[in-house]
Amino acid sequence: MTTYTEEYIRNKITKELEATHVEVVDQSDGCGGKFNVVVVSPKFTGKPLLQRHRLVNGVLAEELKTIHAFSMKTLTPEQWEQQQQ
Amino acid sequence: MFSALRLIRSPGLVARYCSQVGSKEYFDKLVTNKKVVIFMKGTPDMPRCGFSNAVVQILRMHGVDYDAHNVLADESVRQGIKEYSEWPTIPQIFINKEFIGGCDILLQLHQSGELIEELQKVGITSALLEAEVDENDDKRK
Repeated sequence: MTTYTEEYIRNKITKELEATHVEVVDQSDGCGGKFNVVVVSPKFTGKPLLQRHRLVNGVLAEELKTIHAFSMKTLTPEQWEQQQQ
Repeated sequence: MFSALRLIRSPGLVARYCSQVGSKEYFDKLVTNKKVVIFMKGTPDMPRCGFSNAVVQILRMHGVDYDAHNVLADESVRQGIKEYSEWPTIPQIFINKEFIGGCDILLQLHQSGELIEELQKVGITSALLEAEVDENDDKRK
């Protein structure tokens, strides 16, 4: 079974969603089966939650076949900035 | 001959023929059955996954009456629902036939208070809203 690393997922999301900030935490102790991600991308602007999540799911379509627990937060750069304050 | 005819007339058989388990028609029917329908791992009494459990807990807090389908009980439902909603993970939540999202989205809708509004739109008064009203009533007394 293919396993994915935090770095692999971070790079793929960053590239395909033009993300300005990506946090990926492997919660499976390196097994690669459980991830928690935060994605900040201008591509989310004006899109409801469902569409944002669909974008991320689309980028990781292949990976999600083997990752069995995947949790995400999707923010626009503006929302991310507000959250940092 | 006679028994064969009876078999054809059997309503169960006809229904199964019309909407094969796991087909689009099958899910169309399931999500129409109740205003809130979820697909989860395990049952509301015994969830078999943390995300499914979270969804059950949220809906319980809002006092929602819903249909729950255990995808672990039928592989064709487990795969079929992913294709139906074009969503790769379980649990999945439908409100008024519309796909709402998975656990993350329901949790966020819950935290922002939007879930109360979404439920209200389909005629369900969230128990959390009722609790709030009661509290205000008490204050007035």
